[in-house]
Amino acid sequence: MLELKKAAFDYAGKDILTDMSVTLAPGTFHFLTGPSGSGKTTFLKLCYQDLIPSSGTLHIFGKDVRAMDRDDVASVRQRIGVVHQDCQFLNHLTMAENILLPLQVTGHEVASKLRDMQELMVWTGLADQMDLLPPVLSGGERQRAALARAVIMSPDLIIADEPTGNLDWDMAQRVLTLLIELNKMGKTILIATHDMNLIRMAKNQIAARVLRIRQRHLELAGAEL
Amino acid sequence: MIGRLSAILTGDRNADRVVPPTGYTANLTAFTAAAMAFLSVFALALSLATDRLATRWSQELAQTATVRISAPEGQLSRQAGAVMKILETTPGIRSARMMTNAEQLKLLEPWFGPDLPLDTLPIPRLIEVVESGCGPDMAGLRLRLEAEAPGAVLDDHSRWRKPLISAASRLRSLGIFSILLILGSTAAMITLAAQSALAANAQVITVVRLIGARDAYIVRAFVRRFTLRALSGALFGTVLAMLAIYFLPSAADEGAFLTGLGFQGWHWALPVVVPAIAAVLAFWATRIAAVRVLRRMA
Repeated sequence: MLELKKAAFDYAGKDILTDMSVTLAPGTFHFLTGPSGSGKTTFLKLCYQDLIPSSGTLHIFGKDVRAMDRDDVASVRQRIGVVHQDCQFLNHLTMAENILLPLQVTGHEVASKLRDMQELMVWTGLADQMDLLPPVLSGGERQRAALARAVIMSPDLIIADEPTGNLDWDMAQRVLTLLIELNKMGKTILIATHDMNLIRMAKNQIAARVLRIRQRHLELAGAEL
Repeated sequence: MIGRLSAILTGDRNADRVVPPTGYTANLTAFTAAAMAFLSVFALALSLATDRLATRWSQELAQTATVRISAPEGQLSRQAGAVMKILETTPGIRSARMMTNAEQLKLLEPWFGPDLPLDTLPIPRLIEVVESGCGPDMAGLRLRLEAEAPGAVLDDHSRWRKPLISAASRLRSLGIFSILLILGSTAAMITLAAQSALAANAQVITVVRLIGARDAYIVRAFVRRFTLRALSGALFGTVLAMLAIYFLPSAADEGAFLTGLGFQGWHWALPVVVPAIAAVLAFWATRIAAVRVLRRMA
């Protein structure tokens, strides 16, 4: 599904990430951890092609990212649901419209997914916020809405950048449960998080793999987690 | 092309919802299209009016000539009779008619007023000549008149007809050139407005790209917004200009040129193409601008 080989990324001549090799197989569950500023978000951006590796190779869904044109990138992103750290909503659309946006912009039938959307809104505790504009929502509500938008297309790969950062423990557990359920349905999950409790809770339920970025290198975290 | 425009008008109405609705650039586009359509309709009316004027002058004056007889009072009637005889026997002349005092008075009335004492003034006599076929041999006719009626001068109107027709033709060309300039300016304004809107919505473009939108979708969203704005603006401007032309004050024959500025007959249907052209211009100007900007943002 996603394969990095000796991939590196530098910005303005400065190495951000180096010598990364990892494979995310279909249906697997991954956590990505590391200290603040270690490059977790940069790694995720490489995974959804917001950035291109400076060297090495990256294949997503079997395609080399360097060989893709704009339409290929769009096709790949339609198979990836992303929960951005800053949520990335269109502020002039209601929450319901924002959540349905991936369907709309990719030409999918929106009407048939309205029920899914409503269930998601109820599940994430946002049923009363459907008609509100994003700026009036709290950080936690926006994060849950971002998750709803990421999964509305039933993507093959779900990438979440600190999806529980603004949530209380109960809601964080609910979000994790949703992601675990999606994983059981065959979706591949990659979550960047600082929250060790969340990782331990997930590991108790599924075979989650934990990746860690340390000194610009990506490594597999050991059993100490 | 028509299919694409039709798809924009009837297609996914939510597509341009992605672009925030409160953009002054979209309003600027509508205003520009309205103003340019208004000017285009006037330029079109001017162009058509001058075309009609040139044709009318050309047709009215092409087959006629005038003989002017200036002679001492005692000789005027004799020379006039001699001229009439010459004209009646000259091949290529259908008819020759001496103008009456009343007709000459009417001709002079705009300059001297209605109470001109024509009898007491040494006014030349005028003979209206209507040609037939290819007309007479003007050089030969002049020589005969010179010999038999020294006070007669033949005027075949070409001396002042040609510059008038040339001026009218030039005016028509200027009208067409003005329309082209207006169309060019419209395209330039819409391009600038589209580029500005795209730059202002860079974050929107980033977000929809991240969730899997193809560039074609983003281009469509902007193109739809600007094409519809340009179309509605141009429709408004065209209707306004047509009403203004329709209600131009009427005048008598003296103002024939001004009153002739309006459309006549089927020409009233021509302004309808102005909004259509504005929509096509907006479509391509926005499309080209959007593709360029998106390529730069890639």
